[in-house]
Amino acid sequence: MKVVKLYRNIRLGIKTLWLHKLRSLLTMLGMVFGVGSVVAMLAVGEGASKEALEQIRKLGSTNIIVNSLKAIEEDSGGQRSPFSVVMFGLSYKDEERARKTFTTIKRAVPVKIVRQEGRLGERTLDLRVMGTTDAWFDLVQRRLIAGRTLTARDGERRASVTVLTEYGARRLLATERTIGQTLRVGGEYYEVVGIVKSESGQGGSIQTPDQAIDAYIPVDVARERYGDYRTELSAGSMLRESVELHQIIFEVDKPENVEATAVGLDRMLKQHHPKGDYRISVPLALLRQAEATKRTFNIVLGSIAGISLLVGGIGIMNIMLASVTERTREIGIRRAIGAKRSQIIGQFLVETAVLSTAGGIIGVAIGMIIPWTITRLAGMPTFVTGESLVLAVGISVTIGVVFGLYPARHAANLDPIEALRHE
Amino acid sequence: MSVSVEQAHPGSGAQRSAVALLENVTKTYVMGAAEVRALAGVSVSFAAGTFWAIMGASGSGKSTMLNLLGCLDRPTAGRYLLEGQDVAGLNDNALSEFRLRHLGFIFQSFNLIQQLTVRENIELPLFYLDWDAERSAEQAEEMAERVGLAGRLDHRPAELSGGEQQRVAIARALAADPSILLADEPTGNLDSVTSAQIMGLLADLNAQGKTVIMVTHEPDLARYAGYRLHMRDGLIDRIEEPQA
Repeated sequence: MKVVKLYRNIRLGIKTLWLHKLRSLLTMLGMVFGVGSVVAMLAVGEGASKEALEQIRKLGSTNIIVNSLKAIEEDSGGQRSPFSVVMFGLSYKDEERARKTFTTIKRAVPVKIVRQEGRLGERTLDLRVMGTTDAWFDLVQRRLIAGRTLTARDGERRASVTVLTEYGARRLLATERTIGQTLRVGGEYYEVVGIVKSESGQGGSIQTPDQAIDAYIPVDVARERYGDYRTELSAGSMLRESVELHQIIFEVDKPENVEATAVGLDRMLKQHHPKGDYRISVPLALLRQAEATKRTFNIVLGSIAGISLLVGGIGIMNIMLASVTERTREIGIRRAIGAKRSQIIGQFLVETAVLSTAGGIIGVAIGMIIPWTITRLAGMPTFVTGESLVLAVGISVTIGVVFGLYPARHAANLDPIEALRHE
Repeated sequence: MSVSVEQAHPGSGAQRSAVALLENVTKTYVMGAAEVRALAGVSVSFAAGTFWAIMGASGSGKSTMLNLLGCLDRPTAGRYLLEGQDVAGLNDNALSEFRLRHLGFIFQSFNLIQQLTVRENIELPLFYLDWDAERSAEQAEEMAERVGLAGRLDHRPAELSGGEQQRVAIARALAADPSILLADEPTGNLDSVTSAQIMGLLADLNAQGKTVIMVTHEPDLARYAGYRLHMRDGLIDRIEEPQA
């Protein structure tokens, strides 16, 4: 019975609105643009942060990444002897110590980076040679295009094998069917055993652990063949550096333990590195930070869009008040026949609710077209979430009802005798 | 014509049960600092099935009396018994309910809702009575038949003549089967031929048992009524009862 009544009221409301098509349309436009901008803005915000979050997620949410850093006071010293060696960074011992100290650390992956020229026949490419272990490929999930990744046996055997990225393979080998070829890297020879896809972002703000110009070899091979020293000639002076490990990636057993382990790790490293020549980055913390930023961003965007919704609501109220004045006589007639105040309120509320719901639905459609167009034309990532749609329509209906309440009450409280006399 | 009306009402109103009873009713309007006494203590009993004409100069209080009888307004003091129930102190909701179930209004300017069809106008009280669509449609058709409007149900009020519009208004007033019809200058906007037809219709409805209370200032029309109540300065001047 209630449902039937509501249905009849809605039909009556639609009918009345249909009689004033232009006015209803104009009223609805406020809601359409309000909801449209809410959905579109949230989609743009969501898209932007989703990309950042995705990049962080690629770093691995249970990982702690420790990088070697050139200590500041060493770097700025002017009166160094030109033959002195700057020693800094993580050591092989650090890795072992951390692994033995923290039970929460499941695995530690050392990374030694050497810059060498790769040569195959006539083709050359400046490579970033990454000395690492098989576990690197577990922590940094990358799609295997051909062959295999490094194995534990490669490490034990100190095998002269390398894994290239797709980019490197194309530049050096010109074709992907290159497994088994021999690559020369800085005077040493390696067999290409696999090719992986590199996911280093195109200038994203967050660094990925891999780069397109990487060549992966067992860490002990890198140590044996290239050593820890690096000599650089620049502006007439010679710079000699000694770095054992450039990076260690620690995998923690559970996400809850990541932050505590990172704190402990920092304390431990500080004892052995008083110069502070290392930096710990925790993808999970970055993720949290990015999520908080995203939330703020969404609130700001949402508030701006909310203002247009508010304007839409005021538009509805304005039109409904005008409608009440125009229909004073009708209200008087209905009251004289026996309509209760609540029934008059119901009639007007249903009208505003129908208007704002329809406006909300059209607004959602427009709000979904705008991000789509932005993505197509500007290449900006956008993402429409289900919650944003529900939120936008919910707000529009609420605003419609809230702003419709005043005109509806105004109509219901008219004196029927006065209303009947109204011309 | 007046003879037939009197034949329809043998005996005096006092012997029948009163469908509406005003007891020492006053109505005062406050307009700024001044108080206007629209009704200064009125007592009258409207018997079931009678036909009344309330007459008087403008400002005599006849419209105020009709508004009170129609539960559109509440008396300042005094009692108003409608169908045996005191409605003077009822709240807005209860008064609405009384209007819906017991009273039918007929206005000078018809007061149809222009956007609705004839059928929808007639169905209006039934809408508020929560009748289902099928039953409402049947009732609307029956009422249209009764006032001589069959076949015009799907027109809009603007497409009808004045007389036809007033018939729609009467059909609407009848739809919920009220006991009292209240008419405020029902022929004020009609020509004399149409007026006579509408008055004839009201007389027929009265003959079928409806109590009709009509406000008019035309003595010609008042002749249709058995009782003529003359108002002056917010008081009942005199009541002409039908001769036995």
